[in-house]
Amino acid sequence: MNRYPLWKYLLILIAVVAGLVYALPNLYGESPAVQVLPLRSHLKADAGLLARVQSALQDAQLAPEVLALDTTSVKARFADTDSQLKAKDVLQAALGEDYVVALNLLSRSPEWLTAMNALPMYLGLDLRGGVHFLMQVDMKAALDKALESNAGDIRSTLREARIAYSGVTRDGDTITTRFRDAEARSQGKDELKKRFAGLELQEREAGSEYRLVANLKLQEKLRIQDSALQQNLVTLRNRVNELGVAEPVIQQQGADRVVVQLPGVQDTARAKDILGRTATLEVRMVDDEHSIGANGVAPFGAEVFRERDGTQLLVKKSVILTGERIDDAQPGFDSRNNEPAVHINLDAVGARKFKEATRENVGKRMAIILFEKGRGEVVTAPVIREEIGGGRVQISGQMNTTESQNIALLLRAGALAAPMEIIEERTIGPSLGADNIQRGFNSTKIGFIMVAVFMIAYYLMFGTISVLALGANLLLLIALLSMMQATLTLPGMAGIALTLGMAIDANVLINERIREELRNGLPPQMAIHTGYENAFATILDSNITTLIAGVALFMFGSGPIKGFAVVLCLGILTSMFSGVMVSRAMVNLIYGRRARLNKVAIG
Amino acid sequence: MEFFRIKKDIPFMSYGKVTTSISLLTFLFAVFFLATKGLNFGVDFTGGTVIEVHYSAPADINKVRQQLAGIHLQDALVQNFGSSQDVLIQVPLKQNTMGAKLSEYVVDTLRLQDANVELRRVEFVGPQVGRDLVENGAMALLLVSLGIVGYLWLRFEWKFGLAAIIANLHDVVIILGCFAFFQWEFSLSVLAAVLAVLGYSVNESVVVFDRIRENFRKMRKTEVATIIDNAITRTMSRTIITHGSTQLMVLAMLFLGGETLHFFALALTIGILFSIYSSVLVASPLLMIFGVSREDFIKPERTEAEEVLP
Repeated sequence: MNRYPLWKYLLILIAVVAGLVYALPNLYGESPAVQVLPLRSHLKADAGLLARVQSALQDAQLAPEVLALDTTSVKARFADTDSQLKAKDVLQAALGEDYVVALNLLSRSPEWLTAMNALPMYLGLDLRGGVHFLMQVDMKAALDKALESNAGDIRSTLREARIAYSGVTRDGDTITTRFRDAEARSQGKDELKKRFAGLELQEREAGSEYRLVANLKLQEKLRIQDSALQQNLVTLRNRVNELGVAEPVIQQQGADRVVVQLPGVQDTARAKDILGRTATLEVRMVDDEHSIGANGVAPFGAEVFRERDGTQLLVKKSVILTGERIDDAQPGFDSRNNEPAVHINLDAVGARKFKEATRENVGKRMAIILFEKGRGEVVTAPVIREEIGGGRVQISGQMNTTESQNIALLLRAGALAAPMEIIEERTIGPSLGADNIQRGFNSTKIGFIMVAVFMIAYYLMFGTISVLALGANLLLLIALLSMMQATLTLPGMAGIALTLGMAIDANVLINERIREELRNGLPPQMAIHTGYENAFATILDSNITTLIAGVALFMFGSGPIKGFAVVLCLGILTSMFSGVMVSRAMVNLIYGRRARLNKVAIG
Repeated sequence: MEFFRIKKDIPFMSYGKVTTSISLLTFLFAVFFLATKGLNFGVDFTGGTVIEVHYSAPADINKVRQQLAGIHLQDALVQNFGSSQDVLIQVPLKQNTMGAKLSEYVVDTLRLQDANVELRRVEFVGPQVGRDLVENGAMALLLVSLGIVGYLWLRFEWKFGLAAIIANLHDVVIILGCFAFFQWEFSLSVLAAVLAVLGYSVNESVVVFDRIRENFRKMRKTEVATIIDNAITRTMSRTIITHGSTQLMVLAMLFLGGETLHFFALALTIGILFSIYSSVLVASPLLMIFGVSREDFIKPERTEAEEVLP
């Protein structure tokens, strides 16, 4: 009666062994490491970079424990934080600004574990230290900007189509175009309808004026908001790259918010500075008449900038255009010779200015400069071949497809589409993080020991079995968390302790039932069997209610609370398995085989 | 070893009046304190800035206050946190004109006097976020309550679902009442603890209800009160032992988990203690009041209904 078929034992054995393997990396812990990432897309993390890192470290007499190359970076692991910090400085000096050297933690677990994807649990910011920002994108500003540029475009469209109008004004959410007669208005309406798919046009009369009132369509509003958010995400990603953070998280949250998590960042002032920075783009003429003086001194009216490949370029100080005038930039190909190119759309004002500038400067070079951190860099400096009108600009020449994609991205993402504000910040210092781990670990350990001692004293053999099942539960829970790479937070650690306390419930229920059945005079084998059978329905019921609470917490909780909810839900699932299956298997192995069982040790 | 070798059923239901009045009284007290004192909402809900700094030597709280007054933060709450070297500074939202930049400003100011001030933790919550968190918290509470009632309804009967949820919301109100009375900080993690308690302590009622159902089937011809008494008596040993084990874990967390987990563990401790009481002495009397009967489980044999015509 109390026997499992072989496959059940095997299944349980496999689950426990798999749990053991995947929980193992957590035992080895993590060591400080540095990670070298190329910042420019034409640079690759390859054997050459590995060799450079190796020789730089050798020159500084730093011996990394592990030095490895992966798909995106070179990682070097050190024994202590001192050599890690030293290595960061050495490598940053040796490799220059084209590479980011980020501080990181690497698992110390042996390679065969890493190879089978067995990684330690992913620690949340409250355990490893770092910054969490929640940023709100100012969507009203994004819509205002779009409306403003639409108003400008309406003016230039009407002018180009030679339709008489007396004025275009923007008032809150609407753009009002005034005409002198109804005929001009209907002409204008037709023309605008063709060009502005995102606008809803309505005719209105006000006194002697004939008005055309334009509103943004709902889909257009959503599109503008979404693209503003996407552009901000791209910009933030670029900026975070510069900060040298390993494993940053930059995610959209809801319709208008962005979460930025920077593990290990301590200098929050600098992080805020860089994230909130406004990058600008400028178009200027290259000064080919003069040359750069000695020591890189620029002549009057000009400035020296570096190009992306590092060469210096003399550029005039007067600005033709700023990045605000760029509506869109997309990578593509030159229609004449199929070379990679970047297509830029300028707004009405930008188009006019650009047309004038190119007419006057055919044959000369024009520089597109991106300013960040108050430092400009020439993105590209093409030769103007002809006058360019209509606001559609193509930049081509000497670039490959990756570069054209990058330049388009930079042009688009150089600046934030809409201003952002930090509405939530959580910073945890590294020492507090380490303390939190220690405390969470200690309280779980002490709690476990207390429960174990009590269970064994109270239920003897069955108590021992319960404790072993509880241990299996802990093992499986940690293995699951490691496999899923779910974020472990301090409330999550509390959740582990809590689920362990709750998991013992299943075994207490079973043991009490068995005692009761024995008291009722059932023979031991029978009592064990009925005890397990009768207790199972109750165990299921009571776990489901806790699961409901866990799921609700997961849905509505944020950050650390979500971590707690994940642990709670997983813990309930593992405890059902270990409390019922694992403990039953042990009982069956110990008692099930005896044909004549007169007494069981259940206290 | 066995703690509870109870031969005779304890007549819990005959204490019904006493226990119900005790719980009604504690409940009313809790509501009273919630109404008069209110919850001391943490920065998660109210918005504001919390800064935890660590000094290498015991910190002089008054000096910190003076320094903060010097930068027009007179009303900032300054207190020791865990040890004499750790200081917690809380700045309400309305005083904070700098938003997220405030924390650096404060730490820079403190460093003027002691360069070794170590920034341990910053929490800044803007007004928008606080509002969202309150909304989400309320939604979670509602969802958990509905989910549990719905589940128990499916599994047992509406009377059980209602009795269980009233008993457990009674626990929740008492936890909240304790937090209001002592003015302990009510943060997001405390809310999580409250919801976990809600899910956990329903277990207790489920176990007792399971027994009641079983007894209704086995012990025909027995009084309802006796059936419930028997169910409670026979599950009591388990109730106290499992809660005891969970309580051991939570107490370890309360004493060893550090300041961050303190109120979280405290809410769990109170919740678990009261859930033993409420599931036995609140849920079951409620069940009696709702008029649970054998017919709720066993379909009565069809009898010819006498038609009474006026």
